[in-house]
Amino acid sequence: MSKIDKTVPIISDLDKAEMAMSRVGFGEALLEAGRKNKKVMALCADLTDSIKISAFAEAFPDRFVQTGVAEQNMMGIAAGLALSGKIPFVASYAVFNPGRNWDQLRVSVAYSEANVKIIGAHAGISVGPDGATHQALEDVAITRVIPNLVVIVPTDIVETRKVVEAAIAHHGPVYIRFGRDKVPTVTVPETPFTIGKANLLRSGTDVTVCANGPLVYEALQAAAALARKKISVEVLAVPTVKPLDEETIIASVKKTGALVTAEEAQINGGLGGALAELIGEKYPVPLRRVGVRDIFGESGTPAELMDAYGLRAKDIGEAAMAVIKRKSKKG
Amino acid sequence: MTIEQLERRALAIREDIIVMLEEAGSGHPGGALGMADIYAALYFEVMRHDPKKPEWPGRDRLILSCGHTCPVRYAAMAESGYFPRKELLTLRKFGTRLQGHPHNLAMPGLETTSGPLGQGLSQAVGMALAARLDGENHRIYCVTSDGEHDEGQIWEAVMFAAARKLDNLTVIVDRNRIQIEGDTETVMPLDPFAEKYRAFNWEVIEIDGNNMKEVLRAFHQAKQVSGRPVCIMANVVPGKGVDFMEGNYKWHGVAPKPEEAEKALEDLWLQKVGEPA
Repeated sequence: MSKIDKTVPIISDLDKAEMAMSRVGFGEALLEAGRKNKKVMALCADLTDSIKISAFAEAFPDRFVQTGVAEQNMMGIAAGLALSGKIPFVASYAVFNPGRNWDQLRVSVAYSEANVKIIGAHAGISVGPDGATHQALEDVAITRVIPNLVVIVPTDIVETRKVVEAAIAHHGPVYIRFGRDKVPTVTVPETPFTIGKANLLRSGTDVTVCANGPLVYEALQAAAALARKKISVEVLAVPTVKPLDEETIIASVKKTGALVTAEEAQINGGLGGALAELIGEKYPVPLRRVGVRDIFGESGTPAELMDAYGLRAKDIGEAAMAVIKRKSKKG
Repeated sequence: MTIEQLERRALAIREDIIVMLEEAGSGHPGGALGMADIYAALYFEVMRHDPKKPEWPGRDRLILSCGHTCPVRYAAMAESGYFPRKELLTLRKFGTRLQGHPHNLAMPGLETTSGPLGQGLSQAVGMALAARLDGENHRIYCVTSDGEHDEGQIWEAVMFAAARKLDNLTVIVDRNRIQIEGDTETVMPLDPFAEKYRAFNWEVIEIDGNNMKEVLRAFHQAKQVSGRPVCIMANVVPGKGVDFMEGNYKWHGVAPKPEEAEKALEDLWLQKVGEPA
């Protein structure tokens, strides 16, 4: 087995994946980080409990900053704290943070290289019934274009904990986004996480699927289903949307000759956009992007919305078949 | 420094502003000239700082929120020894440390990056919080413009600073009554401006910001206040010191042409040698 075929450890039985909320992992990791490092602070705009910062706020009241419903000010305060040597986490729903305070993120934080960690919670469509106003689908696209900013979409609760640690170890601004709902826990404590590294979860030869967030689980299910039809799918988890692991991704598409991307965000500018840019320049192959296709969301249960917008294993499977077909025509 | 010495510093800063803007060919003279007295006071009397050690942790922080007026800060920094005065001639040019709007990473001593209005006070609040948390006694000064108070973020920060009783924070409002499109009270009325700050539980000190004696007294007074942040509402004349620029909003964002710069420098020179302007 060559180096590029070496998969990382994940759960052994997808159907037994435990359901858990990534935001809980964030809250636990933040509390732990607060114990280890006195520079770590948390800022929140009237959503402390919802984003699971309450334990941190109780344990370290001096290092917790309640800003009220004022996300622009919150980002600016965090910049000032960071420029004074602190490591502040600014947390709110992704529609507000970085939705409402993008200019503050761009100028006060990223351009200034202020060491701020930005938490976009309740991202994607998992806020379901709240409707489109609260469904952050554009956050990946608007953060990814800002220089100096790392953008991470963790797979699940286990990976979110590691992402928080890695973000603290990284000096510079980092955007971390996750949803509200419970999602299947795919990774295990032994699964590596490094900023800028994609993880090979399943080795295959016919098509590469690059996914992040809860779509990693859907991608693995799709791969399992297609295997029964003798189609060999390679699955890469790409939690770091920026900087992209170009080497791993290009090596994979060179091997398989076809690419599907999958994410719970707008494909335009999101992971799908990022990978389309990458392979367009470096190694063009047939591509399909699974995600939200340039429309606003609506009210509904998260499950209904996943079905409606085509974010399921079935949709990834169909996309995979489509690119494989195009590949053979071309060949 | 004596009042007279500080006034001469302010004049030198004004001359620098004219020279650097003429050389740059673009930029904002009005607000910069109006604030020269305040900057002379800050850099030569009020602030604890060391131009040779711009990162000294014990320094007072000066946050410039309305970044477009940066020529006055650059001039004050050069005058006090942060960098050679001849570097002022690189303003806005490719490769310069003196970016068109100030950038913290381009030049040591700038503290923050600003330009898009309304962001500086929040950053200053963050620094004031950090200082208090660390038990440090340096002060945070934040220069804001009046027109900048059209931005909602400013008022978010004003509300927060008072709620957290940040008495290590002093805001200086550049109350020159102009913004790009005209008089502030025409574009978007701010009066009763000082009352707004008072209503948010700030201590407000209103002064003639072009009167050095009043400027020094205000900064001294601000240090005595405890339990609340201080706003120095500095009424200043935009374009101060240059007859044809004074009070004219059209000089908000236009650089003087060579013949205009010559006339402006003549005005300033006459003030320096003691003749009436």
